[in-house]
Amino acid sequence: MTRTALLLAILGVVAVVFPWIAGPYALSVATLILYFAYTGQAWNVMMGFAGQLSLGHALYVGIGAYAAGGLYYHLGIGPWLGLPLAIAAAALVGAIIGWLAFRFGVAGVYFALLTIAFAEFTRIGFDHMAWTGGPGGMFLPVAERDHIDLVHFRGPPALYYYAMLALTAGALALCARLLDSRAGYYWRAIRENEDAAQALGVHVFRWKLLAMAISAGMTAIAGVFYAFYNNSLFPEQIFHTGRSIEIILGSVIGGVGTLFGPILGAAVLTLLSEAVTAALAALGWEVPGAKQVVYGVVLLGVVVFLPGGIWPPLARRLGIRR
Amino acid sequence: MTELLQARGLAKSFRGLRAVAGASFDVAEGEIAALIGPNGAGKTTVFNLIAGVYAPDAGTIHFAGRPIHGLRPDQVCAAGIGRTFQLVKPFPALSVLDNVVVGALRVERTVAGARAAARVVLDRLELEARAAQPAATLTLSDRRRLEIARALATRPRLLLLDEVMAGLRPTECDQLVEVFRDLHRSEGLTILLIEHVMRAVMALAQRIAVLDRGEVIATGTPGEVVHDPAVLSCYLGEDTEL
Amino acid sequence: MPFEFVVGGVVAGILTGLVYGLMALGLSVIFGVVRIVNFAHGELMTVAMYAAALLFARFELDPFLAVLPVAAAFFVLGYALQAGLINRFITRPEHSQFMLLVAIGLIVVNALLMAFGPDARGVQVDYQLESFELGDIVVDKARLYAAGLAVLTALALIGLFRFTRTGKAIRACADNHFAARVVGLNVKRLYAITFGLGAVCVAVAGCSLTLLFDVTPSVGPQYTLLAFVIVIVGGLGSMLGALVGGVLIGVSEALAGLYISPSAKSMLSFGLLIVVLIVRPQGLFGRRR
Repeated sequence: MTRTALLLAILGVVAVVFPWIAGPYALSVATLILYFAYTGQAWNVMMGFAGQLSLGHALYVGIGAYAAGGLYYHLGIGPWLGLPLAIAAAALVGAIIGWLAFRFGVAGVYFALLTIAFAEFTRIGFDHMAWTGGPGGMFLPVAERDHIDLVHFRGPPALYYYAMLALTAGALALCARLLDSRAGYYWRAIRENEDAAQALGVHVFRWKLLAMAISAGMTAIAGVFYAFYNNSLFPEQIFHTGRSIEIILGSVIGGVGTLFGPILGAAVLTLLSEAVTAALAALGWEVPGAKQVVYGVVLLGVVVFLPGGIWPPLARRLGIRR
Repeated sequence: MTELLQARGLAKSFRGLRAVAGASFDVAEGEIAALIGPNGAGKTTVFNLIAGVYAPDAGTIHFAGRPIHGLRPDQVCAAGIGRTFQLVKPFPALSVLDNVVVGALRVERTVAGARAAARVVLDRLELEARAAQPAATLTLSDRRRLEIARALATRPRLLLLDEVMAGLRPTECDQLVEVFRDLHRSEGLTILLIEHVMRAVMALAQRIAVLDRGEVIATGTPGEVVHDPAVLSCYLGEDTEL
Repeated sequence: MPFEFVVGGVVAGILTGLVYGLMALGLSVIFGVVRIVNFAHGELMTVAMYAAALLFARFELDPFLAVLPVAAAFFVLGYALQAGLINRFITRPEHSQFMLLVAIGLIVVNALLMAFGPDARGVQVDYQLESFELGDIVVDKARLYAAGLAVLTALALIGLFRFTRTGKAIRACADNHFAARVVGLNVKRLYAITFGLGAVCVAVAGCSLTLLFDVTPSVGPQYTLLAFVIVIVGGLGSMLGALVGGVLIGVSEALAGLYISPSAKSMLSFGLLIVVLIVRPQGLFGRRR
């Protein structure tokens, strides 16, 4: 058994038994970690693998959430139909944005700003549409929380935890497969040098588009989860640029382009955030903003002193390749 | 001999500046040809026209009987032309092996197959000892070899080499010449060199086309070209190291 | 809708737009030279707005006078930020630069929140309610002064880049970083000066804007986005483009506010941004790279 497999096995066992040993608070924190691990992984496909910097991934979360949430709210249809719809819609939007950007040679900083612009544009648009409830929000009917209703994805917190755990594990497996496939090789070649990739026969435009569509589609699944976990959707919240940044943070802190970086980064950041809250409360220093300042300072420290993220040096120490 | 590459009346201008003005030349199947000329003669532009980086303003390029002018670089590669870059463009964060795997995937169906094929190519270019290290850590000479390995992994019928000798020491240059000779001998690979280093051109090329101010002013064997008065006047007075 | 009303709205849009333009000019200058997108731009401006509001609350200092100390302090702040932190990120990948400035922005927003709470702050001076009347068209005094100051500052900056040694050296740096180093220019110092000058634009715009809008800690990111829209529309790196882009956005927001709904006005701006990015990514006044 390799070290990687051993590590995964330990993590997997801990993750599976976690709801039995953890209280409701720990479970919600763990669910949040998994949520950011998953979305960070999805973002990483585009940036870490294919080198396309998206600063507007909240767009795909929102599309997923409103596709499935809207279907449930307006027609009472559970997420199982909403899910494929959400994936398809987000993948399509991602592909359209990519098509426009790559066709017209929008790259680098300009591409990043374009992704923000689309997310903001959609945020304000959704705020003015009747079917979303606008700024007043869309509230999904909440049923009895104690029994499990898989058809409508309703149940106790552990259900959502396991759903997110399955998604995260699935995303990890998918990304590992992707990285070792033709797509993974071509994406990394494009990330490293587009001209050289093209000279080796890589249809750069098509593969970049595929990375965007996959990344957007994966992110939309998190959106569906978000809708049924939070039960309330506000365009102002879900499409906000701050949400896009949260998605990116974990990957950057953990290590862009690595498989375990997004997971580690999400865990570190979420736990840090909770720890700071607890520490400030213990000190009796609960000034609004204090937590984010500490958070910002830590972020600054990591960005300045560990430019490749936390995972690569840690992996070296553990003797793991990626 | 059949012509593998045929360029006819190629022209390309950049903002009114005529870089290539009606250049025509052929490369025969199985030969090593060279395109030489003084600085600014349009060599690199011709190269980029063949490789699909630019579309020509006028003229045609046929490869194995098929028109390839105006195709994208990846389509040119798919047609069977491999290239190197004058300023090397490795994938720096990828391992040497993975660099070559990207090329091998053009012909191999599976990643495992591509990996095996890449190892063969690395072996051939004596880079197998470096397979696992990131391309960023290679010396210039090894980066050049890596570029050639990557291009060869796409199994081209024609290999375009853009000043692969530039910046190399004479011994490194000679070693590379040996590599090309060997490839040519054992696989019948057709090679078009665009080259400044005359030492390599004279050692390798069977036929030379001389480019000056965007036009081909002479073609022939190395022996014929160096005695051509037009070539002598335009070019050989300059910085040649015969 | 009465015609004078619309014209008045457009004039107000132009004037506000000039102040926006000055803010964006700072972003554009920094990007044009240092090649870093300042993702904390709006956040820095809110610091200037708070400084002006505090100087007014404590000393009854008119924001137009507060401009001087605030701008001086911002030059030092900008210089220090670039010299101490951002200079070492110049060769890092874009996402790394982005995270650095996001972290700075996060700290700024929340430090303001800690210090001053979430409530809106502003200044009240007597000429804020006064206006000039040109026929039927009403122009706010404060807005006109603010726009005038913005134009003056922009002209001063353009003059500085054109006529001073340092300005020329900075332009040389922007044109060709490598050559600038070869001829012995201290590129890192010039970058720091540039960031300082960009911060001065932010300071002047921020002080002026306190007369037009109240400030809360959370408006920073919105101003950052606004600055992005303006510089992309005008052309990242172009000084004239930033001002024209500011006016364009100011007017389009004013019209959208009048005809559609005030809350939809920035949708129009983002729509414009998307169109410009796709059709003419170098912006209206940018050079093709």
